[in-house]
Amino acid sequence: MGVEGIGASVVRKEDRRFITGKGRYVDDIKLQGMTHAQFVRSPHAHAKVKSIDSSAAMKMPGVVGVLTGKQIVDDKIGNLICGWAITSKDGTPMKMGAWPAMAPETVRFVGQAVAVVIAETKNQARDAADAVIVNYEELPAAADIRAAIKPGAPQLHPEAPGNVIYDWTLGDEAAVKDAFGKAANVVSLELTNNRLVPNAMEPRAAIAEYNEAEEHFTLYTTSQNPHVARLVLSAFYNIAQEHKLRVIAPDVGGGFGSKIYIYPEEMVALWASKKVRRPVKWTGDRTEAFLTDAHGRDHISKAEMAFDKDNKILALRVKTHANLGAYMSLFSSAVPTYLYATLLSGQYNIPAIFAEIITVYTNTAPVDAYRGAGRPEASYLLERLMETAARQLKVDPAELRRKNFITQFPHQTPVIFAYDVGDFGASLDAAMKAIDYAGFAARKAKAKSEGKLRGIGVSCYIEACGIAPSKAVGSLGAGVGLWESAEVRVNPVGTIEVLTGSHSHGQGHETTFAQLIAERLGVPISQVQIVHGDTDKVQFGMGTYGSRSLAVGGSAIVKAMEKVEAKAKKIASHLLEASEGDIVIENGEFKVTGTDKSIALPMVALAAYTAHNLPDGMEPGLKETAFYDPTNFTFPAGSYICELEVDSGTGKTSFVNFVAADDFGRLINPMIVEGQVHGGLAQGIGQALLEGAIYDSSGQLVTASFMDYTMPRADDLPSFKLSHTTTLCPGNPLGVKGCGEAGAIGASAAVINAITDAIGHNKLEMPATPDRVWHAIHG
Amino acid sequence: MSTVKLTVNGKAVSAEVEDRTLLVNLLRDHLNLTGTHVGCDTSQCGACVVHIDGRAVKSCTVLAGQASGSNVITIEGISKGDELHPMQAAFRDNHGLQCGYCTPGMIMSAIDIVNRYGGNLDEDTVRQELEGNICRCTGYHNIVKSVLDAAGRMNVAQAAE
Repeated sequence: MGVEGIGASVVRKEDRRFITGKGRYVDDIKLQGMTHAQFVRSPHAHAKVKSIDSSAAMKMPGVVGVLTGKQIVDDKIGNLICGWAITSKDGTPMKMGAWPAMAPETVRFVGQAVAVVIAETKNQARDAADAVIVNYEELPAAADIRAAIKPGAPQLHPEAPGNVIYDWTLGDEAAVKDAFGKAANVVSLELTNNRLVPNAMEPRAAIAEYNEAEEHFTLYTTSQNPHVARLVLSAFYNIAQEHKLRVIAPDVGGGFGSKIYIYPEEMVALWASKKVRRPVKWTGDRTEAFLTDAHGRDHISKAEMAFDKDNKILALRVKTHANLGAYMSLFSSAVPTYLYATLLSGQYNIPAIFAEIITVYTNTAPVDAYRGAGRPEASYLLERLMETAARQLKVDPAELRRKNFITQFPHQTPVIFAYDVGDFGASLDAAMKAIDYAGFAARKAKAKSEGKLRGIGVSCYIEACGIAPSKAVGSLGAGVGLWESAEVRVNPVGTIEVLTGSHSHGQGHETTFAQLIAERLGVPISQVQIVHGDTDKVQFGMGTYGSRSLAVGGSAIVKAMEKVEAKAKKIASHLLEASEGDIVIENGEFKVTGTDKSIALPMVALAAYTAHNLPDGMEPGLKETAFYDPTNFTFPAGSYICELEVDSGTGKTSFVNFVAADDFGRLINPMIVEGQVHGGLAQGIGQALLEGAIYDSSGQLVTASFMDYTMPRADDLPSFKLSHTTTLCPGNPLGVKGCGEAGAIGASAAVINAITDAIGHNKLEMPATPDRVWHAIHG
Repeated sequence: MSTVKLTVNGKAVSAEVEDRTLLVNLLRDHLNLTGTHVGCDTSQCGACVVHIDGRAVKSCTVLAGQASGSNVITIEGISKGDELHPMQAAFRDNHGLQCGYCTPGMIMSAIDIVNRYGGNLDEDTVRQELEGNICRCTGYHNIVKSVLDAAGRMNVAQAAE
């Protein structure tokens, strides 16, 4: 390891612009002649749009135009789609209802756009939007899962009778039934996985510019995957052909999944920019983010686990209803299926698993992947079930887990995945040691003597990341391949540009990816520029989600770098008059082994571009491209343990300690990895204690601001104690697994298990607010 | 429309704005100081914190006209040329930021906290004082570390002056 290579906690290259106020986010960009868009949104959860009268708005100062849902449909702009096909157990395809970018006839959630006002200034657009008169005929709404599946419930889409999108199963139902028949003990649990709002701090925004002469669009947008946005806008939404559409995602202020999707606002901005022949900017406010960003989670589940007389797990049966909201967002169908049910084996050797997943439409915002996406729901369910089992079976929760750990790898679970490598006992040991698990009983007794309720909760998670082998996801219904691309350009003077299809919106790629170059080519990271987020610069890419940037995007960089090295060695051997096989690269020098002859990378690069003295037949230049398609998912795993106290008088919980022991494979920049874990833990703890999106029975979102939706703040959280255990991932050249989602996946069960331990019973749902905890204690 | 005159980052500025214009919009839209961010519409998130006459204020809670005649410092105005403010340096050195969106407001609040508490800062106080700034990326762990680190650096710097 060099001082800047793999394993070095170097400070981030990108930080200087952010700490000096020189970041460049979408809303910071101004274009010549730019207009501003304000959407007219439905105040009703379910209604017919009878008429829209924009005559008064059109006369308001600065108004350039008012455009409606009918016009966007008339112009044949395509409906929004879900890109992952799921088939129900009866063999029928999922029931996708039509989702126009603005509603021409029917609105199905509060906040859905019906029209847009374009004006010279943002304030003028706002004023005029207030003057657009929309006549609605209200319809009854189904605002949650239970209301939507009741007989006689209001129907959202004619395509989906009973509001069911699909009823999908995974696993061997007969084997599970058989195992339950032989069980010595059965443990069951019903629980809710609360609905969350991602709330990246930068609200979504878009600027669209249409060049009439070139018939070309440019879109600046808050995206985690600009190439996917271009692909979908072009191939499905009929905005423009790919070569006539440039998508730029500049600095993006957090995503957590919510900026994967192509939203109606970007489509409307593009379409409107051609209509009004002016650039159109839309910047969402926080209320719009609450109402229209894709939400996360929202499951109701029943789970049962069968044990033999030695407390070994025999089988698991799960039935989950998942709320997908009013429309199917881009990857929504995959979240409760291939990102959830496939993880139900957890870290455990479970011979038989059967899961049934029923997804439903409701009159709420669309639900899609949010940090962890399906995996937090699986982990929460399984880890609450294991805790419940340990108490019912009267065994130590950590030891029940250890007894059932998978210890042999590779391990084929009964739910698709083949775990490649891991050491679950090692991470559990590390976490138990860090929190002094053995000493807990004494601490609990001491707390009790002081009138405090103290609890400890374990959570052992596993996730499938690095999404994914394209062939595998294709066979499971994905509409796209999930490889990544990279280009490594060595410039004539030896500086390097790396173009990547991954997108950084806080993850620190500009540093971590530069470290990969420093490690192999010995070039200081200050001499390396990471280029991302622009479809005109980067050839193609699938973007950043599913903790895939390093495992897939980083591997693509390694592959491209290997090609660069191979060519550079040929040039070096030619210049040094040595055999190619004798050339080694050390600290940026190409050396002839066993001699003192060497040539530095910049000289090799210069030779490649002057082309005065290259091997016969070699093309000039030194830049190479690679596409990397992984051979398997990666499987980060770890153990989290939370110790806390509950005040029985107020129901308030206070953290005593929170420890995390993760196995992410090789760490490139441990400082950045730990930062990712901290953030994930905060979101997992937020779900456990604070956060919950609540719709009332009429479909009004009553938690639509930071005044009403409790975001974790600094004084809600503890400092975390992190440690790492390591098994290298055999599936990629870096041995990495991904770290972006782990915290959010493992934390919530640890917290709830600790509270239920403290209060002495298991009837508690998230978020465990003081009110809920107090009632759980006092009945 | 009104004319607003104030000092921003040491420079006298004047702008013709609608009466309803918020200070944050004056800074971002009229003065092109886009380092100050807008993260909510209820004065909760703190992404827009600037200093007005030496005190940390959410610039979305102040009309531009109310700031008339005052001395405003934004994130763009705290470093001395290429030399970072100790708080900026501490955020970088402690990985106190990820996406960077809350960072300017966080840094401006943090400087004010250290100014008010001087050397009497501990983790609990920092966490309570940061209650008005929301970060979704860091879990605050490294932000708290950054502020405590910067407090030491700022006190040393002050002692030297």
